[in-house]
Amino acid sequence: MRVFYHFGKYYLFIKRAFGKPEKFSIYIDRIFEEINILGIGSLGIVAIISVFMGAVITIQSAFNFESPLIPLYAVGVAVRDSMILEFSPAIVSLILAGKVGSSIASEIGTMRVTEQIDALEIMGINSAGYLVFPKIIASLLFNPILVVFSMFLGILGGYLFGIMAGVVTDYEYIYGITYEFRPYNVIYALIKSAVFAFIIASVPAFHGYYTSGGALEVGRSSTKGVVYSSVLILAFDLILTQLLLS
Amino acid sequence: MKDINFTFETGKTNIIIGESGSGKTTLLKCMVGLNEIDSGEILYDGRSFFDLDFKGKKAIRKEIGMLFQGGALFDSKTVEENVVFPLSMFTDMSVEEKRDRANFCLQRVNLNNANNLYPSELSGGMKKRVAIARAIAVQPKYLFCDEPNSGLDPKTSIVIDSLIKEITEEYNITTIVITHDMNSVIEIGDNIMFIYKGEKWWEGNKHEILKTTNKEICDFVYATEFMKDLKEKFQ
Repeated sequence: MRVFYHFGKYYLFIKRAFGKPEKFSIYIDRIFEEINILGIGSLGIVAIISVFMGAVITIQSAFNFESPLIPLYAVGVAVRDSMILEFSPAIVSLILAGKVGSSIASEIGTMRVTEQIDALEIMGINSAGYLVFPKIIASLLFNPILVVFSMFLGILGGYLFGIMAGVVTDYEYIYGITYEFRPYNVIYALIKSAVFAFIIASVPAFHGYYTSGGALEVGRSSTKGVVYSSVLILAFDLILTQLLLS
Repeated sequence: MKDINFTFETGKTNIIIGESGSGKTTLLKCMVGLNEIDSGEILYDGRSFFDLDFKGKKAIRKEIGMLFQGGALFDSKTVEENVVFPLSMFTDMSVEEKRDRANFCLQRVNLNNANNLYPSELSGGMKKRVAIARAIAVQPKYLFCDEPNSGLDPKTSIVIDSLIKEITEEYNITTIVITHDMNSVIEIGDNIMFIYKGEKWWEGNKHEILKTTNKEICDFVYATEFMKDLKEKFQ
């Protein structure tokens, strides 16, 4: 029964967050602020992880495709499909759930325990709208960009490290990544990234918003926010894969 | 909380006192609508707060200024941005007008040259003064102060108390102060309500509270040697 209680509470929270803004121009400014903090601030970690993951998939694929019946360009196909279908949308989102999610939950949780949210409410401001709506919109706008960025860097990383390690040739890799390419896979990845973006911003915000107590509870909310958003990302990954690819 | 009936006078400093855990802050949170009430009414110049719709409540909240125990300043904003914030949300003032108003309010609370500092760079007393400046920026009709002296040294406490009193009289605001600091009560209290175990136990003014013989109030008021001496002198 607690699940239904929390689901209802989350629904009402999201409804409040999407309430009419007090002043639209301020919300627009807040969205750009959040894009800078949540999106631009995540470019570095996404770039590093994507390049290395692309490189590892290339070397592992080459190692496993030992049979002479499997052409070497299959390495390029494996890297491309792994990055586009799963790694960039799902794994990058899981990493962002840790980085961005904990930051959102602890920021909002601290604002709650230091009465900053109460101060907003007393001023007559919809605190959920002012604090959470810009984060969700920023995440929805920027997460797909991060995912495309990750796809590009992952494939590039596979190419560079594959050539450097001598496990694949230049021609075979490029032939592999263009072989029977389905643009729909990118659309599928972008749909997933948008759903995950909503989870990454809203679930930790929900846990932060309903923090009560002190510093210990802020830490707990942050952990809960990351854990629940990660589990939801994995669950929705399965659901969306079944819906969009079957 | 039960059996609480009190009228707070405009232009006066109305004080709610009581022991820790007696329900002072809960009452304050009910008054500003942060906590729901099970029964009864909270009237703002005849408007029943909890009978109003969202818009009505919002309209009243725009008339409220609040000074929180810890200041509740926005960490990510500078002092000036904190004071400008409610003006940006609810007025169509130009950037210049907002800055002028913020400077005026900051000067009114005797805080100069702190506009670009962040709350983490301020002392406790400075934070309280910024919070007062932010509260008065939108010219509120009602000012609520939750333990304005908590964590402050006696000298700074007097400064904050005097500021609250001056602002109340200058702008003719209805001010409600929650405190358990008897110095504040004696310094600025016009009307006093004593809360005990969630009930209104007593009401009167600062002269009457020093004369009362009620045990619970005497235990609270004369808990310190200073107040005991004051009582002897008074008698």
